[in-house]
Amino acid sequence: MNTKVGRFQLFTTDHRRIAVRYLVLGLVAVVIGTLLSLVMRIHRVWPAVAFPFYGTLRPEDYLAVVTMHGTLMVFFVLTVVPQSAFPNLVLPGQIGAEQMAFPRLNAAAFWVTTASLVVLLAAFFAPQGAPISGWTSYPPLSAIAAAGPGQGTGMDLWLWSIALFCLAAIASSTNLLVTIVACRCRGMSWGRLPLTVWSWLVSSALTVLAFSVLLAAAALLLADRHLGTSYFLPSGEVVNGLVMRSGKGSPMLWLHLFWFFGHPEVYISILPGMGLASSLLANFTRRPVPGYRLMVGATILIGVLGLGVWGHHIFVSGMNPYAGTAFGLTTLAIAVPSSAEVLTWIGMLFRGRLQPTTPMLFALGFLSFFIAGGLTGPILAQPALDSYLHNTFFVVAHFHLVMAMAGVFSVFAGIYYWYPLLTGRRMNERLGQVHFWVSLVAAYGTFFPMHLAGLAGEPRHYAQLSGPVASFANLIPVERGITFSALLLATAQIVFLINVAWSARRGSPAGENPWRATTLEWSPFPHPIARGQAYSYGGSAERDFSPQWQETGAGPVFEGLKKAPSPSD
Amino acid sequence: MNWLPPNGELHGITMDAMLRWNLAAVFWMFILAQILLVVALLRRKPATDKRTKASSRRAFLFAWLLPLLAISGLYARMAISSRRLWAARREAPASSRPVEVEVTGVQFQWYFRYPGADGIFGTTRAALVNAPAGNPLGLDPRDPHSRDDIVSSLLVLPVEQTVEIRLHSRDVIHGFFIPGMRLKQDAIPGMTAQVRFTPVVTGEYPILCSQVCGLGHARMQAHLRVVSQREYRDWLAVREHARLAAESPGPGESQP
Amino acid sequence: MPATFTRHQAETERKDPGFGGKPPLDRRPTGGGGGDDNWDSRPSGRRGPRELLIRYRLGVFSGLAGDFVFFAVLVSAFFVRQTAGHIDASENYVSDWHPLSVPPILWINTAILLLSSVTMETARRQLFHEIDIMEEWLGLGRPAVRRAAPWLIATILLGCLFLAGQWIAWQQLAQQGLFFSTNPNSHFFYLVTGTHGFHLLLGLGALLFALIAMFRLKRVEMRQIAIDCTAWYWHAMGLFWIFIFALLTIQ
Ligand code: HEA
Ligand code: HEA
Ligand code: CUA
Ligand SMILES: [Cu+2]
Repeated sequence: MNTKVGRFQLFTTDHRRIAVRYLVLGLVAVVIGTLLSLVMRIHRVWPAVAFPFYGTLRPEDYLAVVTMHGTLMVFFVLTVVPQSAFPNLVLPGQIGAEQMAFPRLNAAAFWVTTASLVVLLAAFFAPQGAPISGWTSYPPLSAIAAAGPGQGTGMDLWLWSIALFCLAAIASSTNLLVTIVACRCRGMSWGRLPLTVWSWLVSSALTVLAFSVLLAAAALLLADRHLGTSYFLPSGEVVNGLVMRSGKGSPMLWLHLFWFFGHPEVYISILPGMGLASSLLANFTRRPVPGYRLMVGATILIGVLGLGVWGHHIFVSGMNPYAGTAFGLTTLAIAVPSSAEVLTWIGMLFRGRLQPTTPMLFALGFLSFFIAGGLTGPILAQPALDSYLHNTFFVVAHFHLVMAMAGVFSVFAGIYYWYPLLTGRRMNERLGQVHFWVSLVAAYGTFFPMHLAGLAGEPRHYAQLSGPVASFANLIPVERGITFSALLLATAQIVFLINVAWSARRGSPAGENPWRATTLEWSPFPHPIARGQAYSYGGSAERDFSPQWQETGAGPVFEGLKKAPSPSD
Repeated sequence: MNWLPPNGELHGITMDAMLRWNLAAVFWMFILAQILLVVALLRRKPATDKRTKASSRRAFLFAWLLPLLAISGLYARMAISSRRLWAARREAPASSRPVEVEVTGVQFQWYFRYPGADGIFGTTRAALVNAPAGNPLGLDPRDPHSRDDIVSSLLVLPVEQTVEIRLHSRDVIHGFFIPGMRLKQDAIPGMTAQVRFTPVVTGEYPILCSQVCGLGHARMQAHLRVVSQREYRDWLAVREHARLAAESPGPGESQP
Repeated sequence: MPATFTRHQAETERKDPGFGGKPPLDRRPTGGGGGDDNWDSRPSGRRGPRELLIRYRLGVFSGLAGDFVFFAVLVSAFFVRQTAGHIDASENYVSDWHPLSVPPILWINTAILLLSSVTMETARRQLFHEIDIMEEWLGLGRPAVRRAAPWLIATILLGCLFLAGQWIAWQQLAQQGLFFSTNPNSHFFYLVTGTHGFHLLLGLGALLFALIAMFRLKRVEMRQIAIDCTAWYWHAMGLFWIFIFALLTIQ
């Protein structure tokens, strides 16, 4: 199936071209985000280093870099790529639709996302620089321009960027939801959907709800900043020696609203990866996903429970201690379906012969990081322990392993796996293996030692490792190791970029179905009909799989047709 | 290898034990899972694929359901043990008369206020805040209760006595973090958070800020000095004296 | 007065309630039985007129779910803000929350908005009136559109009336000396009525668009979609208003 990306059209409504654009957008964001992370790492161990075109960092510059790094990575990389780029690339294919439900809305969402990125990056050039209040932007720091450099124009740009991003995310997810519900092809009953599609269904529903909350919160914060309201501002504020206007709002409101968005957001960024991992594990062990229904149920359960755990980010904020206990319980409860999925994946590995192709390796890497980072989740979920670990590097280690690395590895898996759909060629295996192993080792080298820094009590957002009283000088060897490892990690990505560019012209031709996959995006026919389960592998010796578009020899082929979606009833 | 800073708090002992136990449990699960991944990757023999229904059901039970139940049990145990510690630290009512200290976070400093001889904190007003003039908290000189209040930028506490912290912030959110006391609580403007702890080992402990609060966040630090009961009384007395001596020229002053 | 709710005999026979719950005769006459006239077995996107309608409806519902959450957040901000008082030095509970008595004109506005929902629904149903739609379908004329247009225009007028009423309410408050920044409650009043008003403005735009679209769109199903989706949006705004109004009056 060869659908190369052809002539450039500015406002194309073709979902594949939009997918490529989202990928480019994500790439721009990830390159900037990675450079920023290297700036942080270098500044932490060699504070006196002068950066080209800039010079040495002031403390506020460091905070601005952290904020922009987090914002770029969370929103423009790990939301855009798994939740917008990949579904545009393959979702219609996987459910046998020719197009998205609303192609024009889709294109508009892309351009709004681009505008949002531009507005965000403009914050770097704002009079006092980018905002410094972190990707969580807690008020009053984020509500009062006088509270710090970058909290004036920079913060405004940040808020507008986020508001635009929310609109785009809601539009794009609405599109996905409707596509999945109403545009499936003949025979594609709910029970035959690939697990990736189930993940996108759940994460899109989460997106519509969570991003609406963020949008409202951003609107209220903008009102506080410019219209004189005081939803987040308490009375008696004294900032920079000035008594601020007296309101009796509460910053707690923002904390709740932000995390009501923030927690579902982290699942939005990982659920597609989880679905992809299930698919790849099935494909490269040539065995069906065991307990398909259980997996679907776990995905839905994670989505639903994910709406009720936000309080675990604010155990020590002065929330009622009983509420802390309750949120701790719901958080530990949500770890159960995640663990169930992990156990299924591990079980899958032992059911067939594993084919260590690059996409499979990255799926294994995803698994490895998801376990490594996920397991510290239940520790953080205990208020009694979190009241020590909160906002230390232990948390940074947790979310870089489970979100950054697991998420990025699932993105890599997807790119290696679906690359032939875009170019008709495969990516180079040997470069892919090098990329995988170096990234794996360097990522552990970067983020594992952060746990130790966290246990030693080192807080986040510290520009220097030494302060007036407490110094983390004894951590410097560890920090230095982390920095070297991060440099190696970033360098390894060059191999990936070279591979992407090189393979587009020189990669080995992929043929119709290079991975011998079963799901419909690989179907050679334009209007496929789903005739079987999503993952049917391991039939007979000579035909070890039956693609969804092919009639299987055994069983009533049209059994599923009765359950075909019929949007007209 | 002991990465945790020395602990000096009563419940900190339990917390350390719990944390170590948790880390160990999770670490071995991590190792086990990674070994399984590596084994799966290196394994060359295909698994026998033709299984009977019954044996696959048994396999499901042993390879999936039992481990899941075990893991859920682990989470339940975590929930229970942490619940106990949390209740002891945060929900229990104050036992005897605790030492009361009011802590105020300001960009980028911590101020500690002791109620003085009368045991009552005087009123403060935002409009009176004037750090250069020695009134960083805006003590109201007209309130007799604030006459004897002591404001310090060093936190001195007696050993083996429960301390009740009233935590404020005057501008943005700060995080009151004493690693050595295993204590962390956000200071949110407009709210008063009450936390309690009991130092049991004398010594010096750093106090940090754990919520990003602006450009000086990393240097918003202070000292906690845990001293014997006698030293504590002496320290207070000296302060009290100085405070009253300074009272005569004009109220509302204190030394940092 | 068009015979809105009189049903044709054929409708009664098909047990079609006539409000769009069922498709218009979905099957284009294939003339002689041959050919694949089962829409369901066609690829998605070609399953007949009702397919698109359902798609758009789902889209509107999803967007409205998000919008509902948006308003819910504003309301929760209201509750948080309302209960935020503090105990002052002399142990008195002080709150800067001064309950605001809503201008009585809001009652009239509410009635107008409800009425506009009724007219909107009537307009919508015209486009699902089986017999008329069949005629449009066959290209014999536009009876459904002609019947719906007056109702739609009525809705637009009522919508404008509502917005004008809201404006008057703001004026009245301003005359009482209650401006946006007078106190937190007036903040909230202006913010939430303003946001809602903005939504209605968008709705009016959609209504105008639907009115023009009805006459200009070539495909019957697109005309149905234009009216149907606007109607759901309009109803939802009515519903949101009732919540908001209840909140403002009860507080
Ligand atoms: C997706 C999320 C993500 C990712 C990938 C990363 C990647 C990295 N992060 Fe980031 N980080 C965050 C999310 C992320 N981070 C967040 C949310 C914060 C908190 C911010 C805050 O507090 O406000 C944070 C904070 C943070 C800190 C804490 C700063 C502090 O509080 O003092 C540090 C310090 O070392 C750090 C380092 C790094 C490093 C070295 C990497 C390196 O791993 C970078 C190497 C990069 C890669 C391996 C990715 C390459 C990927 C591709 C090339 C694929 C692209 C392909 C296409 C899109 C087509 N990060
Ligand atoms: C993709 C992103 C992602 C994911 C999936 C998770 C998953 C989880 N997270 Fe994480 N989290 C973040 C992203 C994520 N988190 C981010 C970004 C932050 C910080 C935000 C900020 O402050 O800036 C954060 C912070 C955070 C906190 C707050 C810490 C603090 O600030 O003090 C807490 C507390 O409860 C928490 C808990 C959990 C839990 C319980 C899970 C669970 O869902 C984890 C479930 C997984 C498992 C439990 C692993 C199961 C594996 C096994 C059981 C293996 C066993 C197998 C064998 C032995 C064979 N997370
Ligand atoms: Cu105060 Cu950080
Ligand atoms: Cu969370």
